[in-house]
Amino acid sequence: MGILEIKNVSKNFGGLKALSDVNLSVEENSVHAIIGPNGAGKSTLLNCLVGKLIPDTGSVTFMGQSLLGRKPHEINQMGVSRVFQTPEIFSDLTVFENIMIPCFAHRDGAFQMNALAAVTKQKDIQETAEAILEDVNMLDKRHMHAAAMSRGDKRRLEMAMCLVQEPKLLLLDEPTAGMARADTNNTIDLLKEIKEKRDITMAIIEHDMHVVFSLAERITVLAQGTPLVEETPENIKGHPKVREAYLGEAQV
Amino acid sequence: MLGLNKKDFQLLLIVAVLALLAPFILNPFPEGSGLAQFNAGYPDLMQRFVIFGIFAIGFNILFGLTGYLSFGHAAFLGVGSYAAIWMMKLVTLNVIPAILMAIVFGGLFALIVGFVSLRRSGIYFSILTLAFAQMSYALAYSVLTPITGGETGLQIKATDSPILSNLADGEIGRANLFGMEMGSSYLMNVGNWLFTFNAGYYIAAIFMLISFYVSIRIFRSPFGMMLRAVKSNQQRMNYTGLNSRPYTLAAFVISGMYAGLAGGLMVAMDTQVGPERMFWTASGEVVLMTILGGVGTLIGPVLGAGMIKYMENIISKINDNILHQWFAFMPDGIEDFLVTIIHPFIGKGWHLTLGIVFMLVVIFLPGGLVEGGQRIAGWFGKGKKADAEATDTDAGTKPAE
Repeated sequence: MGILEIKNVSKNFGGLKALSDVNLSVEENSVHAIIGPNGAGKSTLLNCLVGKLIPDTGSVTFMGQSLLGRKPHEINQMGVSRVFQTPEIFSDLTVFENIMIPCFAHRDGAFQMNALAAVTKQKDIQETAEAILEDVNMLDKRHMHAAAMSRGDKRRLEMAMCLVQEPKLLLLDEPTAGMARADTNNTIDLLKEIKEKRDITMAIIEHDMHVVFSLAERITVLAQGTPLVEETPENIKGHPKVREAYLGEAQV
Repeated sequence: MLGLNKKDFQLLLIVAVLALLAPFILNPFPEGSGLAQFNAGYPDLMQRFVIFGIFAIGFNILFGLTGYLSFGHAAFLGVGSYAAIWMMKLVTLNVIPAILMAIVFGGLFALIVGFVSLRRSGIYFSILTLAFAQMSYALAYSVLTPITGGETGLQIKATDSPILSNLADGEIGRANLFGMEMGSSYLMNVGNWLFTFNAGYYIAAIFMLISFYVSIRIFRSPFGMMLRAVKSNQQRMNYTGLNSRPYTLAAFVISGMYAGLAGGLMVAMDTQVGPERMFWTASGEVVLMTILGGVGTLIGPVLGAGMIKYMENIISKINDNILHQWFAFMPDGIEDFLVTIIHPFIGKGWHLTLGIVFMLVVIFLPGGLVEGGQRIAGWFGKGKKADAEATDTDAGTKPAE
């Protein structure tokens, strides 16, 4: 029994079958990659996990509890954090505020009416936020506006925002999309470091095979809404079905 | 001090000093001089400055922090007013219970309207709030006449006998604070100057200072930070485990309570209410005030409210005769020509002047008057950084027009 169990999940958009009968199990404390060509249903699957979409059939359970019908913030409070394909951060706020918000969410829950408390007096929150900024080497940028940062920094900030909540499951939607090779390698190192330090399960959607093979312990290949293979990285390379799905794409 | 950092406390202190000295500051010209009509230091107008200041401060908590543009805020002001006047008609002529009741009813009505309207965001939210406000206006105007007095509105009449106030038969009650009447003023003559210290103004000013203080606390609280998070990225907020609905609803109710307070104070100062107080133009006015002063800034809404109310009352009083007096030193032809040119901008044409000022501010100072103040402070910059952080207001800007 994995930490995340996806059973017989299907999702149609009009006549389009985005997902059909997907079964997937993510083991606790593992790194599970989901790969597949464009339009394979990777993002749809992810959206079904975080409460953005509700699958037409099937079930999604996280630590034995169903995720279906729960709102995104409820799912997050259960310990599932998501990093988006394009960094979703609070652009109008400073880096430090960006980090403090998830700290508050982690400490106070989904809603807390603390309109007369001063942010500057919340010592525990400030300390946690500073610690995580130090971890991702952004302490010197704490007073910067998040919008003014480079794309790579935004990505790191978003990851830090997810990590500060100490999630049990971290969902990463193409965490290195659009990054230069050096930045990609930094991200890989960062993720490896996180993995070593914490008890955390990661599910990664990724196009870059370099990232996939550097990190993943299990790989699921998705094509046209159905999982083709689930294997270890060693066995995925040169797997005939995978080659077929990618129509001889050179990376595989 | 008072749970504020140094800069915020200085700002509060400056606003407090300006509010208390307003009868002096707003009356810079001696009586009888040609410029005396630019004096704004008479009770009626000063009361309006602070009351609309409160209204705009509350509106800014919703619009400035969460970015939800309500187009129906006058409804809460109206509901507050009706609640206050009924309190005075039935229970007591003391203004405190009336004002408290106004806050409660403003908040309750905001809870209902917000619960429905906040299901949508952006333009749909604005339209929903506008619809609610116009509905309230129409109801107050017609169907709810037994409660609202319909077209004529409500006044305190000789037949009203509030249970806690001892009124002689046929005596028309006056609003008071433990016996001190709102209309009572102390006049001070200094040379040619006449300064008016009005009880009602000072009570309203104290409420404004409390409102301003609470708004600073909200801006600097974790709650305020969450509201800015709503404006910045609601998707990320939800995926961060925060439920944005109760946050926006709480902001909506708080700003409704501010509007109710403003409505209650209006009744306390001038004991009458009419449905036109809820008309959509009144809702639009508070939007203008906030944008003119500076959205999302602490002091901006107060500045904007002061500016608009000043123009409404001062520019609209200038007429052609006054213009002729001003330009009397010029040759006749030029005098008439100048008066003709300026004529559309004064008197009833003050809206035109307001429109032009508004356009100029929006185009050249997107941050409103506060941004203007920051730029001026930047030119004279003595150690003052001209960092244009929206929530950081410049302590040097003058809070009264």
